[in-house]
Amino acid sequence: MKVLLARTLLIVGAVALLEILCRLGVIPNFTVIPPSAMAQSLWKILASGKFSEDIAATLTNVGIAIAAAMVVGVALGTLLQSWPAARRTFDPLFATYYAVPMYAFYPLLLVIFGLGDFPQIAIGFLLAVMAVIINTLNGLDRVPPVLLKTARVHRLGLVSAALRVRLPYAAPYVFTGFKLAVAYSFIGVVGAEFITSSRGIGYEISFAYNNFDNPVMYAMILFILLLVISVNMSLHAWEKRLLARRRRA
Amino acid sequence: MKFKEPIVLVALLLIGWQLLYLIVGDVALRSPFSTVQNLKTLLEDARFLPHVRETALAFTQGFAIAVVVGLLIGVPLGAARFAGEVAEPILVALYSIPKVTLYPVILLIFGIGMPAKVAFGAIHGIVPISIFAMNAIRNINPTHLRTARAMRLSTFDLIRTILVPAALPEIVTGIRVGFSLALIGTLLGEMFGSQRGLGHLLMQAMSLHNIERILALTLLLVVFAAGINALLLALDRRLHARV
Repeated sequence: MKVLLARTLLIVGAVALLEILCRLGVIPNFTVIPPSAMAQSLWKILASGKFSEDIAATLTNVGIAIAAAMVVGVALGTLLQSWPAARRTFDPLFATYYAVPMYAFYPLLLVIFGLGDFPQIAIGFLLAVMAVIINTLNGLDRVPPVLLKTARVHRLGLVSAALRVRLPYAAPYVFTGFKLAVAYSFIGVVGAEFITSSRGIGYEISFAYNNFDNPVMYAMILFILLLVISVNMSLHAWEKRLLARRRRA
Repeated sequence: MKFKEPIVLVALLLIGWQLLYLIVGDVALRSPFSTVQNLKTLLEDARFLPHVRETALAFTQGFAIAVVVGLLIGVPLGAARFAGEVAEPILVALYSIPKVTLYPVILLIFGIGMPAKVAFGAIHGIVPISIFAMNAIRNINPTHLRTARAMRLSTFDLIRTILVPAALPEIVTGIRVGFSLALIGTLLGEMFGSQRGLGHLLMQAMSLHNIERILALTLLLVVFAAGINALLLALDRRLHARV
């Protein structure tokens, strides 16, 4: 409780400090506008519905990227776990995957797929899918042998053993992968929109920046930060509940 | 035996690339062989090297700042349990936001050019390095610390014989993650607010639809990032195995 209080005080204090510095003119308004002005501008924008289409586009693309990463990631993770030779071969790829600057592939994706929604979704997917694969593998590695033996005694096939025994056991680890997939999809999609695209929240931020439209730019930055942080916080809370239930069982 | 898997993997990736090339054709892709040739021509071009140097310089500075600041944040937070608990969710939240949206803010503060790129590389690297450093210090076995106190080790000896050996493996892992992210940050910085550097060249090639250039640069970056990461990973595993 004390921790929570201190954390809230810290955040409120930081925001208040920024507000005061901006109002006093220590930080000039063409660099950063006061947080209260950001919130006001955001409220106006959301009420007017000016960017509803962009917000919907970004959320749809992020959603598609997450869903695809989950399905493909869990499937590939399960497959690789039951095929040790392939897993050993791809292991260096897993270890290096996040070292590669994924945005370097964005120009290539744009050339191949054109300037639609697909390249953004692809970047989000590519960033997210490896987290799901790695965490699925990690979870499946921890399934106790006795459960596997039980599955064999019941003569479950490979697929039904995976669906009924191994994946449910690995669920908390898969959930960690899911949490990361959500964060990475947002990073990928919004980042790609920011680089080049025709719509979306990232696009609107870069458009406002290029037009020196600070109120809109900071409002949209605030929006994406609040959105991502609240989504991650809710997932974190949900994960804690899941883990608590498992420990009781 | 140790090198068999990476070789098979690289071969598979090259085969996949070639197959993809055969499917989509010259409109969108080049073959691995001609890309390597293009990269060679590019590296021999005198106009290209200043861009490499620019990126290398920006990245080195950004990464160095990320390591120093990351450790300065992470180590104290790991030592002070209460402060660590207060800060951890904030750090994790910072890790998960799309930092690219903060780019305009960085540009408005630093202006276009080197400082903005360095700052952008640094903010990408700082958070993971501090999270790993915090956990490294926090997870030091308390028995070791109590033993040190029983043996009346001086502060210097405590750091030298207990703290550093115990925390180093996790810190190196954090530095490895921070390395990749600082590189991404630097490149992203160059993509928007710069007239020099590899990120700028990528952006330029993209608007000119210069596929040879895009592929050659992407290959260069991927090989560089993967190579350094492999070295850091080897160090990382050695340190972890020792404990």
